[in-house]
Formats: sequence, C-alpha cells, structure tokens
Amino acid sequence: MPELTLDGRALRVAEGTSVAAALALAGDGCTRTSVSGQRRAPLCGMGICQECRVSIDGRRRLACQTLCRDGMQVETRA
Amino acid sequence: MSAHADVLIIGAGPAGLNAALAAAPSGARIVLLDDNPWPGGQIWRAGPQASVPAQAQRLREHVGALNNVQHHPQTRVIAATGPRQLLVEDAERGWLIDYDTLILCTGARELLLPFPGWTLPGVTGAGGLQALVKGGLPVRDQRVVIAGSGPLLLASAATARHNGAQVVGVAEQATRGAVAGFAAQLPRWPNKLLQAFGLFDRHYRTDSHVVEALGTERLEGVRLRQHGKLVELACERLACGFGLIPNSQLGQALGCTLHGQALAVDAWQATSEPGLFAAGECTGFGGSELALVEGTIAGLAAVGDRQGAARHWPQRARWQGFAKALNHAFALAPQLKQLARPDTLVCRCEDVPYSKLAGQRDWREAKLSSRCGMGACQGRVCGAAAQHLFGWQPSAPRPPFSPARIETLLCLDDTPPA
Ligand SMILES: Cc1cc2nc3c(=O)[nH]c(=O)nc-3n(C[C@H](O)[C@H](O)[C@H](O)COP(=O)(O)OP(=O)(O)OC[C@H]3O[C@@H](n4cnc5c(N)ncnc54)[C@H](O)[C@@H]3O)c2cc1C
Ligand code: FES
Repeated sequence: MPELTLDGRALRVAEGTSVAAALALAGDGCTRTSVSGQRRAPLCGMGICQECRVSIDGRRRLACQTLCRDGMQVETRA
Repeated sequence: MSAHADVLIIGAGPAGLNAALAAAPSGARIVLLDDNPWPGGQIWRAGPQASVPAQAQRLREHVGALNNVQHHPQTRVIAATGPRQLLVEDAERGWLIDYDTLILCTGARELLLPFPGWTLPGVTGAGGLQALVKGGLPVRDQRVVIAGSGPLLLASAATARHNGAQVVGVAEQATRGAVAGFAAQLPRWPNKLLQAFGLFDRHYRTDSHVVEALGTERLEGVRLRQHGKLVELACERLACGFGLIPNSQLGQALGCTLHGQALAVDAWQATSEPGLFAAGECTGFGGSELALVEGTIAGLAAVGDRQGAARHWPQRARWQGFAKALNHAFALAPQLKQLARPDTLVCRCEDVPYSKLAGQRDWREAKLSSRCGMGACQGRVCGAAAQHLFGWQPSAPRPPFSPARIETLLCLDDTPPA
C-alpha cells in the first residue's frame, strides 16, 4: 500500500489507485484552478480533458493516468 | 535516443492488443504504446475497483508473453518528426521511434457537451465516472445521476452501483421507440443481449436529458427534462456523456483522410496514407467486438498476410451491423444543441463562454478571436463540442499533440533539418 503526500497531507491508498482517486479520498478531489478562478476536478477520466493536471514530484502530470507511488508528492495549487 | 519498430501500434485497447497478437507470428519487431498505466484500453481498464473479464486477462497475458512485442505504458505521442518517425514521451523521458508500418488504435473519447454548471466539481463524463471509479474514486453512499446517451450510461451506472453508489437517475436522451427498436434487434448479437439485461437499471428513463447542474462550489443537484417535464434530483455526482467520438486527431495530423469524424479505412484497415493502418474505434464507434476483429485484420495486413486478414472479413461485417444499429438508435436530438446559455463555458481550458463563439464563421476564426481550443486539451473537448453545436470541422492538430516537457521537445533538435 503506497503512502503519498497530497497538498501536505499524508495518505495511504490501495495498490493501483490513481492520483485522481487519491485526491478525492484525501479531500475535495479538486485538481486545479481555472484561468477565471474556478476550482476544477477530473472530467473525462481518460487523459483527454487535462482538467486533472497537478504537480507530481515537481512535474506537471495527469492525475487520472498516474498511479500512486510510495513517497509521491502531489500539489494541486502549484 | 531513438528506436526502431517494424510495426508500431498506438493504443493498447482491444484493437491494439489484437493487432499485436496477429502481427507477432511474422517475427516483426513490434512496439505497442499506450498512455494508460495498464493495457486494455477503455473497456478493460484495470484498477483497484475494476474487474477485468477473463478473456481480456488472457489477451493481455498472451501479448505480454510475446518476445517480439515491446509494450510502453504511460507513453504518449508528442509529434510526428519526419517520414515514419514519431516523438514520444513517458513519465521519465522522451525519445524518437522510427517505424516501417504504423497501426493507429487510438480508440474513442466521450462527446462532452456544455450545459450550465458542467464545470462544477462533481460533474464528470459518463464513461469518465466509470474510468475514475475503476481507478479507485470513492462513490460509496453517494447519490449519482447518469445522463447523456448510449449503452455506456448503463455500464457506468453498473460500475457506480457495484462500488456502493446510489444511482438515483439514468437519463437517456433517445426516445423510448428508438431504444426499444435497438433492444429488439439485440437477439442478433446474443452476448450483447445478455450484457444489456445484466446492466438494466430501474431508474433508466428515455426522452430525458440534463438541463443544468446545480450548486455553487460543487455539485448539489441536477435539473433534468424528463418526457418534457422539469425535475430536480439532489446528488453528489453527475456523470454525463453524449456517446463516443473517434480519436482521429493523430491520424489527421499524419495526413489520413477522414470519413465523417473517423479515420477512413479500406477492407484491409489501411488508411489513405501508405504504410498506415487504423483499427478499432478511431475508425468509428462499434464496441469492443468490432475493435477486436478490426485489430486482427490490421495486424495481419500490416505484416503482409492478406489471405489471413480476409478470413476475418465476415466476422467484421457481423459486428459492423451491430455498430450501425447502435449509432442509429442513439442519434442525438437537436434540442441538445440548446443546452448552453450565453455565459456557459464551452472551452474549459481557456474559460471561453458560448456567447464568444456563437456567430463566428468557423473553428479557425473562433480560435483566433476567443482562444477557444488553444488550451491544454488542444480542443479535444471543446473542438468536438463546437463541431456538434456549430458544425465546424476542427483543423488537424499541431505538435505538440499533448503538453510535453522541454527536455522531450529538445529531442526534436536531434533530427537533421528536412
Ligand atoms: C470512457 C469509456 C468507457 C467505456 N466503457 C465501456 C464499457 O464499460 N463497456 C463497453 O462495452 N464499452 C465501453 N466503452 C467503449 C469502448 O471504447 C470499446 O468497447 C473498446 O474499448 C474500443 O476499443 P479500441 O481498442 O478501439 O479503443 P480503446 O479501448 O479506447 O483503446 C485505445 C487506447 O489508446 C490510447 N491512446 C489513444 N491515443 C493515444 C496516443 N496518442 N498515445 C498513446 N495512447 C493513446 C487510449 O488511452 C486507450 O488506452 C467505453 C469507452 C469509453 C471512451
Ligand atoms: S480527467 Fe481528463 S485528462 Fe484526466
């Protein structure tokens, strides 16, 4: 069971859990703030819409297509 | 760094897996790329809350065991860098792949149409919710409304319910007559009939569509029009998708001719571009059985086994019949073009409202004057929506096809000037 950090909060999740799912397990599931200031959450779940892009270990990645790994650092407001 | 493939396959869904399996006995060096963590595509998506059928497990294991098939998960295509060469990127690195033959098995995505409130957290695609739940998204004890069109609504409802959600409504826009007519044809495809019965939901309503997602910070409820009457349902999630549209952009960028929104192919699954094949839902929506047989034909044709390929034609024709019945039954009603209000965002990347698009001449003009389609999704959501709403044909995408890291784009400098 990998343990990761989401916006500073530690969370342990089941093997194979996506980062998008982990964000909903840890909090409100939101991933980014739009150009006009709306909070957004994953929409398509399959790598198309880009609503789920977050910072993972300092790199911008899609939360819906990234699996949680031990020690991962995820930031939604970076 | 660069690599070579005799046969390069993009997409490891049913079509891509079967293409690899069919091409492998030739001994060709095969590379299979997919942007997801696991092979299986949309229908056989793996995850902590997913159950992958035995047939799919076996296919995945079979392909995994082939020595001449190299699978690169979580890898996406960034650019076409020369004749028969693509720049690709995974989580760690970017590299170039040269190929002799390319098979596009890029599948389909949901048609997501804008309606008031659709940007609220809690609103997802219909297949989108299914995919997120399979990946571990918690829905236990949440009230879920599913809306839009097509058999995917029932599949999504079943996955949500299986994971503890309370499905309080399933709104299908097609008429009762159309859905009943489709169901009456299902005995021609017996295993599909069994699937449909297994998925039936007592909250399923035809002639119904979403009007508005309600809430301020996040979704609190949904307003639906059911048989002409407005109803409101309180819910934590709304999963709304209006059927599937082919992922034809990569093919389009490589010069392939389109047939409607799909990649045009001949009897060998060959596109208009030499050495370039396409199979599965990027050539038109038709379900996994059609994708599988098209993948087989493309894989065999790609390694020159035309005799073998032609043996699968009757099976393909059978599933094409199913696809036709499906597409006919779930054709979208014209009133769905009127869901957006002037202030409803159509482009979610650049926050462009409907009012900025209505009245523009074409997609190009709309893009230039409003930035619609210029954001991170490259118009894959709003371009398809605008095509449905206004009839604008989106232009072929320009590289990078998806947001890429600077280090990857630097690989472009390795290529000699044309
Ligand atoms: C969200 C969703 C859920 C669905 N759920 C069901 C279901 O429950 N039951 C059912 O019968 N049918 C379902 N379908 C229909 C399904 O699409 C088909 O039945 C079947 O999966 C089609 O197979 P395919 O091989 O053509 O494409 P897909 O299964 O879509 O596979 C295509 C693969 O290619 C990848 N890809 C696309 N472009 C690129 C690129 N540029 N670079 C790298 N990889 C790429 C995709 O991520 C995907 O993994 C679903 C469709 C969608 C969109
Ligand atoms: S939810 Fe759409 S790209 Fe991840």
